[in-house]
Amino acid sequence: MPSLGVMDLTKLSCLEVMDMAEYRLETPISEEDARKLRVGDIVYISGIIVTARDAAHRRVLELLNKGEKPPIDLKDLAIYHCGPVVKKVGEEWQAFGGGPTTSARMEIFEGEFIEKTGIRAVIGKGGMGDKTAEAMKRFGAFYATFPGGASVLAIKAVKRVKDVFWLDLGMPEAMWVLEVENFGPLLVAIDSCGDNLHKRISQQASERLNEVLKRI
Amino acid sequence: MPSVEKLEEGLFQLVKVTSVKLPDDVLEAMKKAYEIEESELARSQLKALIKNAELAVKEKLPLCQDTGTPAFFLELGEDFPIRNLRPILERVIRKATQEIPLRPNTVDPFTGKNSGDNVGRFVPILHYEIVPGDELVVKFMPKGGGSANTSKLYMITPGLGIRGVKEVVLRTVFEAGAKPCPPIIVGVGIGGAEDFAMVLAKKALFRRLDERNPDEEIAKLEEELLSALNSLGIGPMGVGGKVTVLGVSVEWAYRHPASLPVGVCTMCWASRRGIAKFRSDGSYEIIMP
Repeated sequence: MPSLGVMDLTKLSCLEVMDMAEYRLETPISEEDARKLRVGDIVYISGIIVTARDAAHRRVLELLNKGEKPPIDLKDLAIYHCGPVVKKVGEEWQAFGGGPTTSARMEIFEGEFIEKTGIRAVIGKGGMGDKTAEAMKRFGAFYATFPGGASVLAIKAVKRVKDVFWLDLGMPEAMWVLEVENFGPLLVAIDSCGDNLHKRISQQASERLNEVLKRI
Repeated sequence: MPSVEKLEEGLFQLVKVTSVKLPDDVLEAMKKAYEIEESELARSQLKALIKNAELAVKEKLPLCQDTGTPAFFLELGEDFPIRNLRPILERVIRKATQEIPLRPNTVDPFTGKNSGDNVGRFVPILHYEIVPGDELVVKFMPKGGGSANTSKLYMITPGLGIRGVKEVVLRTVFEAGAKPCPPIIVGVGIGGAEDFAMVLAKKALFRRLDERNPDEEIAKLEEELLSALNSLGIGPMGVGGKVTVLGVSVEWAYRHPASLPVGVCTMCWASRRGIAKFRSDGSYEIIMP
């Protein structure tokens, strides 16, 4: 389908009210699949997810902006805001913990990161902001959360620690390539229509804050 | 006299049990929150967190992958025979990092280089207090970065009084939103000075959730803050809901007449805290507060 057609369809479907749904996605994730998700949907992802925190985001963008390539092609994959606990057991890396980290720290990078790498899914916790939501709308990606601190639960889905890049950044900041099976339940919190769950809750909390400040 | 080996063994146990096990009172509060919440979304978050806490104990794995910045609060008896605890605690943290395992979280602030073993300049962070007696009480709190980042120090105008204190606690939790992994626990330190208010706020987090401040007025303030904070509706993991905060603990100190310091320490639901008591004969017990 030509990309203009996809955009038109998307504009229409963003206005439709849909029931929350559950999806199972496999990487690589297509733009079409990323665009059909809506805030409130539940997703399980199988395939390859790559961890990336502050330092990895910065380094990926520095490389791309110099015309160089990161060690793994991230197009259509999912990145995971996570610094896992890993240890070498024999020759293999094994994960001992792997819940999400606070996504808000990556807000300063994520819009550009989505544009330049072509990732389709960002997994984290705690919500992201307008720049990320805008990029997700433009390029067809989504943000989904895993419960923060659910470290042991998260690694149940990790079949294998497939690879690691940039260990010089330290264990939490390195890029860990994880092979996962049915990683979830992930809650869609920003969709490609630009809807943002955490922003909605925050706006509501702001009104309630003003009310409660009057009565204390 | 306790041998250094025995002391290290006890401290290792303290670090291990604290890193793995969610305190009983917090687990109870999480289960109660699950009952209180009505939305399926909020309940699903709590359900996952409770299950994770149970799995961590069963599999003896860290409760959260952010195994925190190691910080010890030491109450050292005047007559306890071992004085220099830093090298001992460094060895314990190195061993714990390797064996539990913990995630290495200690990085050079200028270069970002990770020391790899959770030991670095002034880390583990130690707070010493010399107390009467011949026992050593070690309080351990490995606090994660997410909830550290949303903690705040305010130096408010004293004329605003306690209303001003309440306002900054509310603003802190509102601005924190989903970031510190709610439902959170809030430690508040009122008075002291710009450094000590934060220490008080952090130490307040050692209090059990079912214990109120012994001062009746302060206990009332804790209750009032808890109810006001939960009216914000941020909910578990910020998806909206009734339980944003599991508990509020307030500690206080006298202040300068010109200053009203308020430390607000936000703590994630994975509130890890442990206390061990060592006697001078070498015996020890781990007390989960």
